[in-house]
Amino acid sequence: MAPLVSIEGLSIAFNDVPVLRGVDLALGRGEALGLVGESGSGKSVTWLAALGLLPRHAKVSGSVRLDGRELLGAPAAELDHVRGGRVAMIFQDPASALNPVLTIRKQLCEALALHRDLQGEAVKAEAKRLLDLVGIPDAARRLSAYPHEFSGGQVQRIMIAMALAGNPDLLIADEPTTALDATIQAQILELLSTIRREMSMAMVLISHDLGVVAENCDRVAVMYAGRIVEQAPSNQLFADPVHPYAQGLIGALPPLDGPRRRLTAIPGTVPDPAHMPSGCAFAPRCALAAEPCGLAAPSLALISDDRTVACIRAEASRRTLLGMAAE
Amino acid sequence: MGRYFAIRIGRAALTIVLVVTFAFVVLRLSGDPALMILGPEAPPEAIAAFRKAWGLDDPIWFQYLDYFSAIAKGELGRSMRDGRPAIELVLERIPATLALTLPAFFFKVALGVPAGIYAALHRGSGIDRAVMMTAVAGFTVPSFVLALILVLVFAVQLGWLPSGGQDSWRHAILPIATLSLGGAAVLARFTRSAMLEVLGQPYIRTASAKGVPWHKVVTSHALPNAAIPTVTILGFMVGTLIAGAVVVESVFAWPGVGRLLVVAVANRDLAVVQCILLLVAMTMVTSNLVVDFLYGFLDPRLRAKGAHA
Repeated sequence: MAPLVSIEGLSIAFNDVPVLRGVDLALGRGEALGLVGESGSGKSVTWLAALGLLPRHAKVSGSVRLDGRELLGAPAAELDHVRGGRVAMIFQDPASALNPVLTIRKQLCEALALHRDLQGEAVKAEAKRLLDLVGIPDAARRLSAYPHEFSGGQVQRIMIAMALAGNPDLLIADEPTTALDATIQAQILELLSTIRREMSMAMVLISHDLGVVAENCDRVAVMYAGRIVEQAPSNQLFADPVHPYAQGLIGALPPLDGPRRRLTAIPGTVPDPAHMPSGCAFAPRCALAAEPCGLAAPSLALISDDRTVACIRAEASRRTLLGMAAE
Repeated sequence: MGRYFAIRIGRAALTIVLVVTFAFVVLRLSGDPALMILGPEAPPEAIAAFRKAWGLDDPIWFQYLDYFSAIAKGELGRSMRDGRPAIELVLERIPATLALTLPAFFFKVALGVPAGIYAALHRGSGIDRAVMMTAVAGFTVPSFVLALILVLVFAVQLGWLPSGGQDSWRHAILPIATLSLGGAAVLARFTRSAMLEVLGQPYIRTASAKGVPWHKVVTSHALPNAAIPTVTILGFMVGTLIAGAVVVESVFAWPGVGRLLVVAVANRDLAVVQCILLLVAMTMVTSNLVVDFLYGFLDPRLRAKGAHA
């Protein structure tokens, strides 16, 4: 089946500094994809670029297709139809993501009026239904409240309601729970996965929290310094990471069961986008780096039916991991 | 809500009292009205009589209390120069001043706000740079310099417009232009930075992400937020309607409140100066109060705070 979204060779530069360096990614209908990586690895920027939400001075090249239609360079009217109507997005900091001087009703109804053929009372009824759906108590009355009258978790629920207003095929959740308390995080993630199931909507969950991604996603892509370095079904990635960076990320997580072990940190820091090392961007921090790693950046290669890795030392890396497990 | 405004009104009254007190003290410490009005050659008896007639021999605290009790009765004193009530002298000058400052206020807003919005929306473009350069120039060149440049070009060189006086509407053009250009520059800079600040906010991205066309993002999401800081500066400009044209009126020999103030200060015509200052303080304070009310109207977060305060 043709993918819902396919991204090919997507590159982005701000003031001639490349921040995204050739990303290939495909997403099926109804699929939940996790995107993990450190801040600045290009997770959010990939989707902001796909929807044409980057500032004008960003140079974007490559291709982003939604159901085969090219989005990059599409006319503004077509993009406005896609945004919110086919692809909705929610953001990290709910407190500042809603307009402080407009009521919730106004902001919700605006989205409904743009993407749904509803008029008059029907718009208001639908706005109330959406607030009920995302679990805002006393929805009818709360519609006339302003954003500052809600808690952070509630505002994120309202953001989700607004994202659902256009019945999108894909919801991009950009660190939706990072700014929230742990208990609220769980509620919001639960809400997202319920809605996704009920509306059979695809979702991209951008997060630096591996646990969140493991629980909520079918497939995971790990990003490092503007590239995807490993892609695999969630269970496989967490059980058997191949790229040394993915191994490092997972090694830094404390295991919930089994014997206590020392957590491993990845040495060094993410390279500055303006001074990328030649070859593999992770090589300077990689324990397995060999001479060829510094020569050319490795491209994503299939290592099994549904897994790709961008590492010339993938085999060695896998052996090390298996060797470690055998000890 | 009531308490919020009660506090504000109380503070406004206090501001007026402080301004009037300050003017009272400074004027009395900085020169003798009797010498100023009668001249240095006046006989000592005349000076003594003048001082006695106007109560200038009384201790300053006594004069001060006297002044305030008169204000409480609605009396603002008489001009020491021609004996007419000070308020009458001031009121008859106000129409002339408003004839300059009201049109100027309109042009400031009509030029400055759109220029600022346009520059913010096209940040970094040639037009943005041109607007900002003009704004910095209009902002930094003092109004008397600008006034003289305009006179030099349009009155002396081109001979299109008169250089001073108040005989026809053509006489008002250069003073209004001088006032408008400076104010429009300030307003353009302010509006531009308010807009840039708002356009960088996450809720603007949210609006775009839900498919709102850009022109509607600007009009229904950005402008209502950018209006909040812009209203502050507008309030300040309303406050200067009465006495904001002192320099311009002097340069163009325009018989408004500003010129009256300059003459009255030079003569130490105490009642007139105090009357003008009281009026200025009251317009300033009133426009600030109106701005506070407008904030509550424009920003629901402040409304909520006011309700709880």
